[in-house]
Formats: sequence, C-alpha cells, structure tokens
Amino acid sequence: MGSRNKRKTKMQKETLFRLLHYIKPYSPFFMGSMLCAVVSVVAQLYVPIQIGKAIDKMITKGNVDFSSIYDICKVIIIATIITAISQWIFGIFNNRITYSVTRDLRNDAIAKIEELPLSYLDGHSTGDLVSRMIADVDQLADGLLMGFTQFFTGILTIIGTFCCMLYVNVVISLVVLLVTPLSLLVASFIAKHSYKNFKLQTEVRGEQTAFINEHVEGKKVIQAFGKEEKSVREFDEINSRLQKVSLKALFFSSITNPATRFVNSIVYAGVGLVGALSAVAGGITIGQVSCFLNYANQYTKPFNEISGVVTELQNAFACAARVIAFLDEPSQTPDLINAMELKNSEVNGCIELKDISFGYTKEYKLMEHINLSVKSGEKVAIVGPTGCGKTTLINLLMRFYDVDSGRIEVSGVDIKELTRKSLRSSYGMVLQETWLKSGTIYENIAFGKPNATKEEVINAAKAAHAHSFIMRMEKGYDSEIVEDGENISLGQKQLLCIARIMLCLPPMLILDEATSSIDTRTEIMIQNAFTKMMNGRTSFIVAHRLSTIKEADVILVMKEGHIIEQGTHESLIANRGFYYNLYNSQFEGIG
Amino acid sequence: MMKLIKYSKGYRVECIIAPIFKNLEAILELLVPLVMATIINVGIVNHDKNYIIRMCGCLVLLGMIGLACSITAQYFAAKASIGIATSIRHHLFSHIHKMGYSEIDRIGTSTLITRMTSDINQVQSGLNLFLRLFLRSPFVVIGSIVMAFTIDKKVALIFVIAVPILSLIVTGIMLGTKPLYKKIQKKLDKILSITRENLTGVRVIRAFGREKEEEQNFHKENQIFTRMQQRVGRVSSIMNPATYIVVNLAIVAILNTGAGRVNIGTLKQGDVIALVNYMSQILVEVIKLSNLTIQVTRALACSKRVEEILDIENELEYNHAKIQRENNEAVRFNNVSFTYEGALAPSLSGVTFQANKGEMIGIIGGTGAGKTSLVNLIPRFYDATEGDIQVLGRSIKDYSKEQLQSGFGVVPQRAQLFSGTIRSNLLLGNENATEEELWDALRIAQAEEFVQRKELQLDEVVEQGGRNLSGGQKQRLTIARAMVSKPQILILDDSASALDLATDAALRKALKNSTKDMTVFIVSQRISSIQNADKILVLNEGNLVGVGTHEDLLTNCSVYQEIYESQYKKGETDYGKSK
Repeated sequence: MGSRNKRKTKMQKETLFRLLHYIKPYSPFFMGSMLCAVVSVVAQLYVPIQIGKAIDKMITKGNVDFSSIYDICKVIIIATIITAISQWIFGIFNNRITYSVTRDLRNDAIAKIEELPLSYLDGHSTGDLVSRMIADVDQLADGLLMGFTQFFTGILTIIGTFCCMLYVNVVISLVVLLVTPLSLLVASFIAKHSYKNFKLQTEVRGEQTAFINEHVEGKKVIQAFGKEEKSVREFDEINSRLQKVSLKALFFSSITNPATRFVNSIVYAGVGLVGALSAVAGGITIGQVSCFLNYANQYTKPFNEISGVVTELQNAFACAARVIAFLDEPSQTPDLINAMELKNSEVNGCIELKDISFGYTKEYKLMEHINLSVKSGEKVAIVGPTGCGKTTLINLLMRFYDVDSGRIEVSGVDIKELTRKSLRSSYGMVLQETWLKSGTIYENIAFGKPNATKEEVINAAKAAHAHSFIMRMEKGYDSEIVEDGENISLGQKQLLCIARIMLCLPPMLILDEATSSIDTRTEIMIQNAFTKMMNGRTSFIVAHRLSTIKEADVILVMKEGHIIEQGTHESLIANRGFYYNLYNSQFEGIG
Repeated sequence: MMKLIKYSKGYRVECIIAPIFKNLEAILELLVPLVMATIINVGIVNHDKNYIIRMCGCLVLLGMIGLACSITAQYFAAKASIGIATSIRHHLFSHIHKMGYSEIDRIGTSTLITRMTSDINQVQSGLNLFLRLFLRSPFVVIGSIVMAFTIDKKVALIFVIAVPILSLIVTGIMLGTKPLYKKIQKKLDKILSITRENLTGVRVIRAFGREKEEEQNFHKENQIFTRMQQRVGRVSSIMNPATYIVVNLAIVAILNTGAGRVNIGTLKQGDVIALVNYMSQILVEVIKLSNLTIQVTRALACSKRVEEILDIENELEYNHAKIQRENNEAVRFNNVSFTYEGALAPSLSGVTFQANKGEMIGIIGGTGAGKTSLVNLIPRFYDATEGDIQVLGRSIKDYSKEQLQSGFGVVPQRAQLFSGTIRSNLLLGNENATEEELWDALRIAQAEEFVQRKELQLDEVVEQGGRNLSGGQKQRLTIARAMVSKPQILILDDSASALDLATDAALRKALKNSTKDMTVFIVSQRISSIQNADKILVLNEGNLVGVGTHEDLLTNCSVYQEIYESQYKKGETDYGKSK
C-alpha cells in the first residue's frame, strides 16, 4: 500500500513536471502574472488597514476627524485602482497561458497520432483516444485556469494577510495561526478522497465515450435490427455506474467548501473573542478590531478557495495524466539517421522478400519464412480465401508493420534503411476500405499532390472515370464531402481513391480490392487505365475477379499465411491445385 | 433550457431542498456581522467580558448549524445535478436511436458524440453550481441590503445604488460572452472531427506521407480555437476588477456618510463596521456569482446544443396498429421515385416491380445506379419521394415500426460489428435464439468453419468495430446475424464483396437451400452472384431498365448484356455459355 502511494505521488510529480515543461515557453507571461498577483494582493490588503484607521477617526458623536477620513478615502481609491488594473492584466495573462498550454498539448497529441506505430492505433478504440484529446484536455484547461487564478493569489493572500496581522497585533495573529493547520488538515483529507473518485469517474467516462462512439457509428445497423432498446439498456448500465461514481466524486469535492467555511467561522469567532477582550483591556482600538475581522475573513477565504481549487486541480491532474500517458506511448522506431531517400526515378521496381516471419502478437506467427522475388514491372496478383494474409502482406510492404525477422528489399535496399515517407510515396495504394477526408472533392483528389494543377486533377478524375459523376454533383469539384463521406456511394468513393492515385503516378502500385464496389463496366474501363498506368510499374493486386487476376504475370495463392502456389494463370490451372478449384467455383451453376 | 427541465422529474425534491438549505446557511451568515456589531457596541463599550464570550459562543454555534445545512445542500445539489445529467444522457442516447437515416446523414457522427459527452458534462457542472449558488448569492445580496436598512436608512441607499451597477456588469458580460461560448463549442466539434479523421484514415495519410500536412491543418484549426477561447477569457476577465472598483467606491461612500452619521450620533462605530462588512460580503457574492455566470452561460450554450438534437423529430411516422399480413406478394413498387435530402437529381425514378414470396431477386447495375437506394426503401429506412411501396400486400406506411423491423433482415454494405463476443453480435438478430439456431445461421453464412477454429468459438471476443476480424469474416458474421432473426425478407446489399469466389458461391447455394419461404434481395456487382435469381432487376442511373431472368435479360436488355460481357469476355471463357 505504502509503495503504491509512493508510486502515485511520484506519478503526480512526474505529471506536474511535464506540465511545467509545457508552461515554460510562456514564462514571461507567467512572471508577469505573478507580479500582478503580488501587486494586487498587497494593494488589496492595504485597504482594510485604511478602513480600520478611518473607523478610529469616528469615535463618538461630535468626535469625528473629517479631514483625515477624506485623506484615507483618497488612499483607498488609489489602492483600489491599482488592484483593479493588476487583476485585469493578471486575468488576461492567465487566460493566455492556459489556452496556449492546452493548444500545445493538443498539437503534440495530434503529432503523436501521426507517429504512433499502427499496431497501437489498430489496438485502441478511436473513441477513447478522441476522449483524451478533447474532453481531458478541456478539463485540464478548466483546472489550470482556476489553479492559476486562485491558487497563487490564495497563497499570496494568506501570507500577506498574516504579515499584516502580525504588524497590527501579535497575540491575535497567533490565535489565527493556531487554527490554520486544522483548515489544511480538513482540506487535504477531503482532497485525497475526491482524487480517488475523480480518477474513477474519468475511467468510467472514457468507457462510456467509447461505447457512445461505437453505437452512434453503428446506429443504422442497430436500427435495422430494431435493437435500439438493447443498446439503450447497455448504455444505461454504464450510465448508472457513471452516476454513482460521479455522485461520490462531486459530493466529496463539494464537502470541502462547507467544511473549510466552518473552520473559518471558528477563526472569525476566535478573532472576535480575543480582539474584543483585548479591546476591553485597552490593548487595541476598535478600528484595529474591525481591521482584524476583515483580515480574518480574507485570511480564511483563500483556504476555502484553495481547497476548491485543489479538487478541481486534481481532476485536471487525473486528465493530464491520461493525456501524458498517451504522449509517452513509444513512437514507431524512427527512421535510421542515415536513412536514404528512395527517389521515384531510382526505383526499378524489384522487390525481394527474404525469409520473412511476422505475427500481430508474439505468441502467434501469422507468416513464417516467406520468400518472394518480384522483378521490375511485374504484375503480381494475390489470391486466397479471406483471412489468408493478403492484407498483412500489404501492411509489411508499406512498412505499416515491421517484420519480426527476415528482410524486405526494394531496388536492392532493405526498406528499414529507407525513410518511411519515401518508401511509402513510391507506392500507390488503393484499399478496399475507402477513406476520404472531409473537404471538397478537389482537395481529396489532390491529397497526395497538393500542388497539382486543376488540369492534372481533372485528368486524374477522368482516368479514374470519376469525372462524370463529379460533374453531376451540385458544385462539381467543389462539392463538399461530409465526414465519413456519407453523401456519396461506396463505389464513388473508390473512384475518388483511384483518382487520388492516378494523380500521383508512383512507380509501384498496391491495389487491395480497389474496385470491389465498382460495377464491372466501369471497372473494365478503369482496368484499362490501370493497365496503362501499370505499364512498367511493379504492382500488387488483391482481387477476386478472375478477369483481373488472369492478366497478372505472377499469381500468388495464399492460404493461412503461406504462399501455397505460385505461377501464371495457365500453369496454375494446369496444376489442378487450390487455384484450379478456386477458379472453377466462380462459374459454378452458370447457364 | 426549458426543454431540459422536464428531465428533472424525479429530482424535483432535491432541486428544492438544495437551495433551501443553502439559503438557511446564508441567513446564518448574514447574522454574523450583526452579532459582531453588538459585541463591539455592547461588549467592548460596556466592558462586559461575559457578554463577549457568550456572543462568540453564539458565532461558533451559527457556524455549526451552517455546516450541517450546507453539507445537506451540497449532497442534494450533487444528487440532483448528476441525476438529471444521467437522465438527459439517457434520453439523448435513445433519441439518437429514434432518428431516421436522413437525419443521421444530415447531422453527422462527431457532433453527436460531443453532444453526448462534453456538452452534457458541462450542463451537469453548470446545474450543480446553479443549485448551490445561484439562489444563494442574490439572496445574500438582498439580505445584506435589508440588513443595511435595519442599521441606517440613509447609508443603506448606497447599497441600493451599488447593487444594480454590479448586476449590470455581471449580466452585461454574461450576455456578451454567451454567443462566443456557442461558437467555441462548435469549433470543438470541428477539432474532434479532424482528430477522428486522422485516426480512421491513418493508413491513407501515411501511405501518401501526408502526416505533416494533416498535423499543420490541425494546428491551424487548433489555433483558431485557442484564439476564440482567449477572446472570451479577455472579456470575462473584466468582471473581477470592475466589480472590485464599484464595491470599494461604495465602501468609501459608506465611510464618508457613516462618519457624518456618527458625528450627529445616529450611528455607532460598530454599526459602521457592520455596514462595511455587509458591503464586503456583497463583493464576495458578486465574485462568486460572476464565476458562476461564466460556467452557467457555458452550460446554457451546451444545453441548447443538446436540445437541438432532441428537437429533431423522426420524419417517418409509423402506424401503431398491428395488421394482418397475408398475400402471396412480398414486395411491390408502384412508380417509386426517391431523392436524397439536399440532392439535386433523384436517385431512383419511376421504379415499378413486384417480388413474390420465396423468390430470390437479384439487383445489378453500375456504380451510383440506385441499387442501395432501392433496397433502403424496402424496410422504410427512407420514405419514397413519390409512388407507393407495398409489403405483403399492404402499403408500407400501414405497418408499425416493430413489425417492419421484425420482418426484414438487412445486411448493409459496410460490415458493422459491435464490441462484445461473436455470440452477442449474433444475438442482436434475435435475443432468444438457441445455440443450434446460431450455428445454423453461421453455417448458411459460411462462417461456421472460422468460428469453430476460434479458441472460444461463439464466445470469442469481438473488439470495437470488429477490428480483430478480417473484412470477409466481418461480412459473413453480419450475414449470419441477419439469418438469426429469421426474416421474411432478407436484403443483402453487396454484402459479400470481400468474400472470395468460392465462399461467395457456397453462400448463395446455402441461402437458396435453406430459405424456402424467405424472399431474398441480393445486390451485387457480379453476374455470377445473381444469375440464378428468380428475377433480376437491372438499374441504370436511377431507372429500372430491365426485369427478368438471366436468360431473358441476355436477350432483351442491352445494359445487362454489357455487364455480362464485361465479366465474361467473349472467347476467353466458355463456362458462361457451355450449359
């Protein structure tokens, strides 16, 4: 238990340290903000002394020193203006720091997304990652802002007030000092409990966000099966768990305020008692008692606020810890320092797979000892039953995943010695799962080559046979594609993905079921374009249509991670093996 | 906000108790300066030590009662705000499920998610603060004024002037920032959507080496977002200094007027102290109130966004009466046209056909020919723009929603699975299905073999979105899921595209053999998938250009002939014509 606590505090320290690192670039603002805090606290504390003095100038009927009171009032007004101005600057600076820090955090998080190995992204829910980047960072912003505005001024006020009290009267100050630990004790006790609950709350919230993400995305399916009620039932289960944890977290954190306020009223009564008794004994004036009462209020108020802020800060810390944990995920192994750029002009299209083994998990090897040699300009078709490892092979060629052993060579160079960017841009990839970004059609086609001319873009669209449907849309190339591309059909999406490649014309191609949702007439026209494009280009094609496959130079027949047959269409048919059966099944029952 | 109030049902009592106890505490707090004034005016002036001790004891007592009151208030406020937020979340979630396909298309997924999460969280914390403080602060302010009047009417006039100025400042800033907060939340949606896009499109982004550009794009939006936040921050940070100035000017006025009153003997020193205390208390409350307004304004903006979703009504109206279905006819389209919301050209125009019970209907046509639109109309995912659709002899609009849902099994293009197990996914089709029925469905969907090979078989874990399964496996499971529900009408919308040819053929065979009474619609690109159908519908740019069997169409439908030739080039295969 002890060691766990220690580890927890160590983690908190680590989190704080990392946050400070983010604040560092804004240290001028931070300094300015501190300065303003000091000025405003000092000026603010000066006012009660003056009020006390003023009250001592009005003793009884006919015994009032008006001219002194006027002078004092002038001083109060000046102090007020100084306070107000420094408070204002203070607020602006804090805003600036907080929102800049959270902006930087978000920027780093998106950079992290681009850097993480795909195995991490494939293995984590989108909803959870999004929740860290949006909800957690937002919460952190709220916490930081409160922390800045109230934590520092609070501490300064406590110290300042105490000094002022000492200056006015030592005995009463000691009374106040005696009660202070009580206040701190109560605050820290509550803070401990609420931190635990806040952390739980964040966890359940993450779970709920993931659930919402999945079920909102899949709502059409849920509707089609009429399973709305079931989905809502499952949601309610998480929801009611969240309700319970949230209630605990919120209640514990909100006890802080009444509890510390109770301590305050004890301080106030104590100061009243000792002050009044000393006044009776003639030790201090009534004005000083008034001044003390004012200070007692000001002294204890920050405790109140700080304890409130502490819970908010802890909540923010819990969020920050999740964000930082994400930022600390190991990135993909960086490119070698002396990694070479693979220039498109230098790619001859020879690809060698030498004794490759690979598995998504350590325990289970999907591929073992695969060897393959592809000559320049060859067209390689990969066929096989679903789940045979076609997609995995592509993951390895593109270096989305690194092989466990063996090596892949492109133009005679191990791909680990190349920069990822240059390796990938030498391939043109069209996947079955179409992805378009929200933006115009034009932007999507020009995705891989943003500086393309309008003419080039249109030519690419024409080559992909996307031009005519684009022109039929309301705004042509400027039509917006909404999130997830829900406003165009799957086949149209594939056409756009193909146009995207047609524009770049990379030296090697990977087509993974690139035309599965396109009708065959269009497909043939695209195939012609592809054929023209593939001329002299090494290409890998995963397809189910035999017409596509038959034209390949080499057909790889894969099954359960192994290449079980290899050869041309004719030789494989003559073999009467696995491919032969596969081929014949297409025409079963025709006629 | 008004709309959301109805979700406070069940928490009304808490909503009332919380502010009452909070105000009780406030009354006690208001008494403190008065007690202190008597300590000074009576205790100190008369040198009565016992009185002073008694009165200080009284202060402690007030504090204790205050503690009890406010803990009670906090508990009920927390309970109410969390309970209400939970209820809103529940209603919003079920409402999202009630929305039709067109509404979902229009709104988009990201914003629904932010509204479900971050917006409702904001509403919750706003509500909590509101219950605890919103009534309390004005109460203390007014109470202070009243107390000031009991001490001295003339000095109390200063309060009457200062308080309206303070409330003017607070409401002014509140009104000024409200639209800004709404904008901020909207921008947050945008940021969320970019983040999601980067996660879902990571392969394509990396394939094109566009990581840096995507990052920069995000930075740009993020920067705009940050500027908006800072702008709101700048406006709100005027609040504290402005109120501070007003209060201190009021204190100066109290000191001056008070001095005059003391001079003529109507006030004592202790009274002036009490008046100053009341004014400081007002400042404390106004500061609280101003922090609160920021939170509450944000919460209000968020609650409005939640309401916007709740306000969206499903445009499809269902008949609730159960009707008998008896007819030999499964589906009939009478001159049906359909245009998507916001689209210029219709996706289907003047489609008329008829499908009988137990028939297998193939639908083929080019990309964007309207195949998916047609099958989406059958289970009434959308309403036809023109014409009439009949199912089992009755207009589709006569059926209740439940009846429609139970009658259809739909397998959409995109295979969508949910995290859970294979079993839990299949049971989505029919919760009461037996073990045997599940395996039967898997067998028909050609998924039996791969499920058997899994270690836990039916209880194998399915990760979010079926990430741990291949595309073909996902498709087969979605087909099995539809089979489990034993629908009268099964619709396969190009749902075998990721299957290899052998599996596809086996699937069709199994479907044919095991679905004697079931009407099956198969949308496909492949002639081979539909050529055995009893009837094939050929679509071209939204028009039905051919209806008939494979043989009929080969002779009389030019579009069909073209498709056929494109798949079986003349001379290259004899398989097509051999039999």
